[in-house]
Formats: sequence, C-alpha cells, structure tokens
Amino acid sequence: MHVPDGFIDAPVSVAAGVFAAGAVAVSLRGARRELDERTAPLAGLVAAFIFAVQMLNFPVAAGTSGHLMGGALAAILVGPRTAVLCLSVVLLLQGVFFADGGLTALGVNVTVMGVVTVVVAYAVFRLLTGLLPRARRSVTASAFVAALVSVPASAAAFTLLYWIGGTTDIPIGKVFTAMIGVHVLIGIGEAVITALTVGAVLAVRPDLVHGVRGGPAAPLKLRVDGALVDAPAATRDPEPAAAPRSSRGLWITGLVSAFLLAGFVSFYASASPDGLERVAADQGIDEKAQEHGAAGSPLADYGVGDIANARLSGGLAGVIGVSATVVVGTGVFRVIRRRGEEPGTAPHDRDHENA
Amino acid sequence: MGAGHAHKLYRQGHSPVHGLPPHCKLVAVFCFVLVVVCTPREAMWAFGLYAALLGAVAAAARIPAGFLLKRLVVEVPFVAFALLMPFVVPGEQTTVLGVSVSVPGLWGAWNVLAKATLGVAASVLLASTTELRAVLLGLQRLKLPPLLVQIASFMIRYGDVVTDEMRRMAIARRSRGFEARGVRQWRVLAASAGALFIRSYERGERVHLAMVSRGYAGTMPVIDEVTADRRQWAYAATLPVLALAVCLLGWTL
Repeated sequence: MHVPDGFIDAPVSVAAGVFAAGAVAVSLRGARRELDERTAPLAGLVAAFIFAVQMLNFPVAAGTSGHLMGGALAAILVGPRTAVLCLSVVLLLQGVFFADGGLTALGVNVTVMGVVTVVVAYAVFRLLTGLLPRARRSVTASAFVAALVSVPASAAAFTLLYWIGGTTDIPIGKVFTAMIGVHVLIGIGEAVITALTVGAVLAVRPDLVHGVRGGPAAPLKLRVDGALVDAPAATRDPEPAAAPRSSRGLWITGLVSAFLLAGFVSFYASASPDGLERVAADQGIDEKAQEHGAAGSPLADYGVGDIANARLSGGLAGVIGVSATVVVGTGVFRVIRRRGEEPGTAPHDRDHENA
Repeated sequence: MGAGHAHKLYRQGHSPVHGLPPHCKLVAVFCFVLVVVCTPREAMWAFGLYAALLGAVAAAARIPAGFLLKRLVVEVPFVAFALLMPFVVPGEQTTVLGVSVSVPGLWGAWNVLAKATLGVAASVLLASTTELRAVLLGLQRLKLPPLLVQIASFMIRYGDVVTDEMRRMAIARRSRGFEARGVRQWRVLAASAGALFIRSYERGERVHLAMVSRGYAGTMPVIDEVTADRRQWAYAATLPVLALAVCLLGWTL
C-alpha cells in the first residue's frame, strides 16, 4: 500500500527522500553502464509492463483477489539497477497523476517499495541461484524465496521508518507484528506469482532473465566438422515449453523457507518489543507498556531475561502459525477442488497436499 | 493499488491555472503539501483554511466539485486504516457515541485523514489541470535527471500500448474458454504476465533500434523548453505562501 501524506513526519520524509534520490542516482549510473543508450526505451517499457501487470488480477477465493507488486519480479528479470529505476518511475507517476501515495511521502515509498524490495529480492535470488544446482527449477525456486522474503522485508523497512518518524504512537511491537503477519501472507501470493512468471519467461526467452545471464543450463554447443563450438548467442531454449513440469520442488522449497522464516523472523519480531520495552523503561514512559503487543502472547510467560527460551517459544509460535496457515490453505484448496470439474488435475494442487 | 487507473485524468480547459507553466505548478503543489504536513494537528481550523484554499484553486481552474470528489476515492484504503486507530492506540480513553476510544488514537486518525485528504486533493488538482507530457517537461525543467525523465516519458507513451496488449491477451484467454476463478488458474495468468514481459521487452528493443536508425545517441533533443516569467511564479506561489501563513499562525496560536 502506498504511504500517503501526513503518515510519517516531515524530517524523516525528507531523509527518506534523500536516501531514495541517492539510490536512484547510483542506479542511473549502473544502468547506463549496463544498458548504455538502450536504457531509456528498455527501462521505460519495463516500467510500463510493471504498471500494467499491477492491474492483472489474481483471484484468490470467495471474491477476493490480489495483484503483483512486481519489485522482486523486476529485480530478477532486468537486474537490480534497472528495477530500482523502473519502480521509482512508476511510483513517481502514481504519486503525481493518480494521487496514489503522497508527494511528500514519495521518498518513503521509493525507499520501502522500490529500493528495499529490489535489493533484498536480488540478494536472496543471487545467493540461492549460486547455492542451488544450475537447473531451471532451482531458478524458479530461488525466485519464489526471493519474492517471499522481499515483501516482509519492505514491511519491516516501513515499520522502521514509522518507528522513527510516525505521527501517531501506536506501540511499535504491534505495528511490526501486524505488518509482518499480513505481509508474510501477501508475500506468499507474490512469491507464487513471481516464480510462475519467471518460469514462463525462462521457458521462452531464458536470455532475458537478468539474474541468470548465461542461462540456467549449459550453453548450447554445435558440432561443426566433428568439433564442438559455441552456438551463437540468443538462441532459443531447445526444450519444448509445453512439457508438464512438476512443481513439487517449488512447493517444498516454499514450505521449508516459510518455516525457516517463521522460525527466525518471529524471533526478531518478539525480540524487538523487548528492546523497546527497555527503552520505554529507561525513559520512564513505561505506563503504556501493559498495552504491549507481546504481553498477551505465550512468550510473556518465559520471562525476558531467558533468551534461549524466548527464541524457542518465538520460533515455535512461528512454526505453529505456518502450520495453521498450511492447514487452512489446504482446506481452501480442497474446497476449491471439490467445486472444480476435474479433481486433482492441477499439479501444484496435488503436490501441495503431498508436501 | 493498480485497479481503477484507467479514468481520464486531465480535464481540458483554458483557465489561468491551466495556463501556468508546469514546473511552477509542481513546485507550488509540493510546497503546499509540505506545509500541510508540517502543520500541528491541534490547529483544526488551519486544515479548514487549507481546504478553502484548494477550493479557491479548483474554482479558478473551473474544476467542478463532483469531479474532484470522485477522484478522492483513491484514499479509501487509508480511511479504513485511520478509522482503526482510535481502537488500537493506547492512552487516555474517552467515550464517543457510547464506544470507548483513545484520545491519542482519535488525534492520530484526524491527523492522517486531514493531511492525506489535502495531499490527494492537491495532486488531483495538479493532474487535472496539467497534461502528462507537460508534467514531464516540468520535471525536466526542475533538473530531474534527463535519463529518468526519458524513462518516465517512455512509460507514459507505451503504458497504454502495453495495457492494451494485456487486454487483448485477456480476450484471447476468454475466447478459449478460460475463466479465472481461483488459485488454480494462477499458472495461466502468470504465463500471460511472462508473455507480456517478453513482448514489452522486445518492443523496447525494437523502439530502440528504430530510434537509433533515426540518429538517437542517448539524449533527447529539447525542442520545447518551458519557461516562466516572474509574474507566473508569483501567481503560482500564492497557494504555498498563503498556506505557510496559515501554518505559522497554527504554530503560534
């Protein structure tokens, strides 16, 4: 969601604006080095694509639908520098013409939704594609995790800005828990769509996926007079794109990463209010503390001093949360499948139950 | 928040506001919103005066109130968020219409609602009195990096082309009996998104080649430099200066 005017106070908005301007300047130099004079038309068309794809509705269930935010997708497809430029331009024009996001909050919006999302997504993506074997499936799996991590990361960045310069004192633990909770769910949707879209591009034009330049598979060789020579660049993927692929690996990776995320992120989520509590006590303003986000959680029983227990309970809560989500999700899938004409034909549906 | 962007934004007219150079208007709107954000929320009357100022601008630009109000719908998601604030913010409690709400929460909700509404209204006035292309010229005049302005202008020029491409793909899907009902159809939709990316990127390559063949070397020639004289600057500055006076009164009273 775009941040409007009056949400973050003026000094922090200005500081975020300066940061965003710096990031855009760095991206401009980098993109010009990467694309030289092709930058303007290509980045412009990619920006138009992001703007259009945000209007593509993905129905979830019962009349609700979501849409792609596109930060992770842009980072993977065109690289981090061009992606930052494209998203900044989209946010700028949305702010000026569509009043979507405040003008003074433009810096905040570019920082949170442009820079943080793109940088986190690209870093995670490159890390995972480096670790996993060079195969198309590991590229889509990396895209899944990258998008999944990038959305809560941008929510966390927003919470940080709100903590420094928010105009209303909502307990920051509550803001953080609510933001991360909602955005992990949004992130799962974003991750599925991003992975599927990257997979679709990879099947047709693997050379266009910036994050895996050189192609996920070994480069194509031609046999000329008995000797192998490199095929000319920009060849088509020899594999037919229509072959049905199992997405079980994708689902398993997603589930494992969701569990890991819940385990680690929830630790920080529950650690953060502790730090704030201490600050509040130091400042002598802890009368508000009984309204604290973590007060009602089972974590409160473990005591603040015992970190090992806090970590365990936080991680446990996260894992339980993900399990609950999976159970509810499976239930939704089953209901949908019962309504569908051909039960169990969609591969990801079946695999989800297996996983 | 991509939905609902298709409506016509610019409203043709020949008012003094329409005639102002775009960079003057951009600076004026930005300063106005900055002043609004800096106003203390306790000075409720100040926000009423700001709204009156914007109303005066709308009258000068001959923008009907209905048009303006319809465009304010953009902020609905935020109104929902602001309405939650009185119930989640801790602090001194008070009773409004028999419901217990917190006083700091009420102030916070008022703060966000007032400032965001004024910001949206100012942006809407800017967008409805200034053509897209003129805004880009104004941004260029305000020393936004030329490359960024070029990217933005390409996005605006080809935004409708890409959106139309997406619409044609949707028609093609529907004419083959496809209906998006739930998560199971995401694979097809994502494949469309992937195809849309490839088409956009390839169009970008073609556009670049066409431009190179016409002598493009990385910069666009400036053929219509926008200029503003002192009188126009003074006219545009009326709004932020009056707003600043209100803001200073708000701090001192």
